[in-house]
Amino acid sequence: MPEITRLPYDVVVIGAGGAGLRAAIEARQQGKKTAIISKSLFGKAHTVMAEGGAAAALGNVNQHDRWQVHFRDTIRGGKFLNDPRMAELHAKEAGDRVLELEYWGALFDRTSEGKISQRNFGGHEYPRLAHVGDRTGLELIRTLQQRVVQLQQADAAELGDPDAMLKVYAETTVTELVKDGERIAGAFAYIRESGEFVMFEAPAVILATGGVGKSFKVTSNSWEYTGDGHALALRAGATLLNMEFVQFHPTGMVWPPSVKGILVTESVRGDGGVLRNSNGERFMFGYVPDVFRSQYAESEEEADGWYTDPENHRRPPELLPRDEVARAINNEVKEGRGSPHGGVYLDVSTRMPAGEITRRLPSMHHQFKELADVDITAEPMEVGPTCHYVMGGVEVDADTGAAVVPGLFAAGEVAGGMHGSNRLGGNSLSDLLVFGRRSGLGAVSYLDELGSDRPTIADESLEAAAATAQAPLRREAGENPYAVHQELQETMNDLVGIIRRGPEIEEALENLSKIRERVANVRAEGGTIYNPGWHLALDLHNMLLVSESIARAALEREESRGGHTRDDFPEMSAEWRTVNLVLSLRDGRIRLRHRPVDPLRPDLLELFDREELAKYLTDAELPAEETAKEEK
Amino acid sequence: MPTERTFRVWRGGADGELAEYTVEVHEGEVVLDILHRLQATQTPDLAVRWNCKAGKCGSCSMEINGRPRLSCMARMSTFEEDETIIVTPMRTFPVIRDLVCDVSYNYQKAREIPSFTPDPETRPGDFRMQQSDVERPQEFRKCIECFLCQDVCHVIRDHEENKRNFSGPRFLMRVAELEMHPKDTEDRRMVAQEEFGMGYCNITKCCTEVCPEHIKITDNALIPLKERVADRKYDPVVWLGDKIGLRKGADTPMVPNTRPNTYPEEDTPE
Ligand SMILES: Cc1cc2nc3c(=O)[nH]c(=O)nc-3n(C[C@H](O)[C@H](O)[C@H](O)COP(=O)(O)OP(=O)(O)OC[C@H]3O[C@@H](n4cnc5c(N)ncnc54)[C@H](O)[C@@H]3O)c2cc1C
Ligand code: SF4
Ligand code: SF4
Ligand code: FES
Repeated sequence: MPEITRLPYDVVVIGAGGAGLRAAIEARQQGKKTAIISKSLFGKAHTVMAEGGAAAALGNVNQHDRWQVHFRDTIRGGKFLNDPRMAELHAKEAGDRVLELEYWGALFDRTSEGKISQRNFGGHEYPRLAHVGDRTGLELIRTLQQRVVQLQQADAAELGDPDAMLKVYAETTVTELVKDGERIAGAFAYIRESGEFVMFEAPAVILATGGVGKSFKVTSNSWEYTGDGHALALRAGATLLNMEFVQFHPTGMVWPPSVKGILVTESVRGDGGVLRNSNGERFMFGYVPDVFRSQYAESEEEADGWYTDPENHRRPPELLPRDEVARAINNEVKEGRGSPHGGVYLDVSTRMPAGEITRRLPSMHHQFKELADVDITAEPMEVGPTCHYVMGGVEVDADTGAAVVPGLFAAGEVAGGMHGSNRLGGNSLSDLLVFGRRSGLGAVSYLDELGSDRPTIADESLEAAAATAQAPLRREAGENPYAVHQELQETMNDLVGIIRRGPEIEEALENLSKIRERVANVRAEGGTIYNPGWHLALDLHNMLLVSESIARAALEREESRGGHTRDDFPEMSAEWRTVNLVLSLRDGRIRLRHRPVDPLRPDLLELFDREELAKYLTDAELPAEETAKEEK
Repeated sequence: MPTERTFRVWRGGADGELAEYTVEVHEGEVVLDILHRLQATQTPDLAVRWNCKAGKCGSCSMEINGRPRLSCMARMSTFEEDETIIVTPMRTFPVIRDLVCDVSYNYQKAREIPSFTPDPETRPGDFRMQQSDVERPQEFRKCIECFLCQDVCHVIRDHEENKRNFSGPRFLMRVAELEMHPKDTEDRRMVAQEEFGMGYCNITKCCTEVCPEHIKITDNALIPLKERVADRKYDPVVWLGDKIGLRKGADTPMVPNTRPNTYPEEDTPE
């Protein structure tokens, strides 16, 4: 057995995206010795790819905006299945978190008054997304990265060592969480560069590992998104919430094949881009669902008027929440009105001058030019749905990010509840900041209560974790992990994708149980130093567990809502709205139970008129007739 | 129709060698796709960094036929059909394995630069900045830290001995960015010269040429910074925007204890 280094910390944050960095910054600011672990290099986490912006009701562009409106939009977008407390905290605190970034050096685009500019996005009533062109995620992660460096510089000056209180372990992958009795005691990891194993010993571990998209064939997500945090949490005894809700972003690239799935930012539509089918029709007018009918334009003139005069026009239907647009595109293609490569057309070229396009959407212009030979200032893009985001995640306490296992916390995309059945664009970046900070604080107060009563880790758990990690390298024979991965992706894409049917999900579960046997026997050729085949062999365990969780929950929920569409149960059901699906792992098997969704507080319920509530809630849940507030 | 192409790829560490592969190439693919096909079909342990596959994260830097490039943005259609494609790791940094190299030099240099420091009298939300005042530093913040400019710069490309005293174009640009931030209050001109090696740069513009973000590193960051350094009495009003008046008038020193003593013997800067 190789030497395993033990690294003692107060707080270990797994993930160096927006959520992880914000959590670590908070923990260190509160005086805790903190480690940040990341599979990729520092500053490259998935957050870097976010384009459109961070949603916060700053009211800089439209002064009517306030947190209550943001809250209402979030709940509408999530189809009333959000954890109301999380949605409330998010809407209230997002503004402060964005301003704090600016104070740490971020340079957002400006209004003429010199404030942070805000742009329109699907499902947001007012222009609300603080942004930098279409590279907001880069600005966010770079600012947090530079804030980490600034704190390290303070430690260098004061303590003589920049890594004394806050250290980044880049290209290091956690394979197992270790417990002492019921409590979290640390995280076991390998270092890519050297192949060495390390044991992070810490009473508090924060999961900020992002999403699960690599289980699907067509996805906007990178290799990092193998659902590690979801799987680590399950295996450590924590619970996952509503894993059936997977967001398919309506606009991914469809051609050339090698870039299929890469995201085309929603800002294209927010800034005026329109969707057309092969007959040249703006088909979205035909897809406005009843629940949103009163808020969206019915004619092209009305829709076009909205961009300049939003007070007197209703919104264009291209800006419906993502699930609606994705299903509409799917249907147009299915009914034979798609583009040559199986998508639909997204056009800005006829909507604004070329110069404005390159200024407002520089990286989209660049991406299409370089990767598809398409000049978006002169011709339309071809786009189609792509797996983008998972709403489901670790079940946490809203205020502290605490999971059910003592010492375990989660924030960002890996946490569940905040976005209900469908996330609004721009609500993730703000979520990372709000709940990243809160989970950092949560870990700090857990530690303070713990005092000197710290968990410990026995040598045996180290050896067991190392043996599991090395198994694929030790096998003399076995399958190539890449082949198994491909099959898993096809199963999920084809059978548990954007439109689902009961028998197909059952078939997926059968396939997955066969894949399970194959995953257990994959073989990694080569050594331990920077060996991607080995890394994939280990990641497969996580992707499989997450895929099974998604499929199990998708089979259970017999309705269609947000990021879960059942062809055999096409309606949204008021009864199912009250149900959270909670998954856990017992003796290697996934268990599923129902937990009621927390009701909206009366003051929050009042934000909606009764007519709208009646579309979502059961009669018993509706407020009494006379107390309901009439809005119009 | 797929075609068969010849790839020669660096395998192993510093003492490694080029290995030859014949591999299928499909329409629309980029070099990174081909490396992934090699992993999936011929050599599963081929080490290569990547993340976004869309030119946004700066992970997949390498040298393709001797040119520093992002492999996810290097389209196969830009090569001749019978051209052998040679893929090697970035030469300026120590190779770890195959196409992956140790880029810690860059993170080290980032840590030596005094951070953004607003006026302590202000609070979050107080800042008012015009778009025209933030545009220039925003250009520099487009940087995806691919380190291709660092790789190509001749000051360190074959001169290990200069690494201690030269931060490279990416981080000299970071200094320029902070100097141009309308709300920053420090003065890094002296450290830029004495610690970060501004004087080594002789404006060859090679860094600008390889930048995948098309940032005008030399014209917009390095030359203006050189001018500031050359004449610290220059009236800063023109490009310091409204930060004049906030300056304490003192040179900001390098952050203590951020430079390790592990660099090789150095040449003294000119
Ligand atoms: C193309 C694209 C565009 C988007 N645009 C927007 C937008 O405009 N607005 C918006 O709000 N949202 C957007 N999103 C969504 C948003 O970017 C993500 O949901 C968000 O960045 C997730 O952040 P995170 O901090 O949770 O995780 P990430 O940023 O993904 O970070 C995860 C971290 O965990 C690490 N990690 C994972 N597993 C392990 C392990 N086993 N061991 C060690 N480390 C591990 C990874 O290395 C990484 O550092 C977009 C997403 C994509 C893909
Ligand atoms: S311009 Fe200066 S920094 Fe850029 S490559 Fe030339 S010497 Fe290096
Ligand atoms: S300045 Fe350009 S070349 Fe240099 S690291 Fe940044 S993006 Fe890469
Ligand atoms: S993979 Fe992100 S820049 Fe190439």
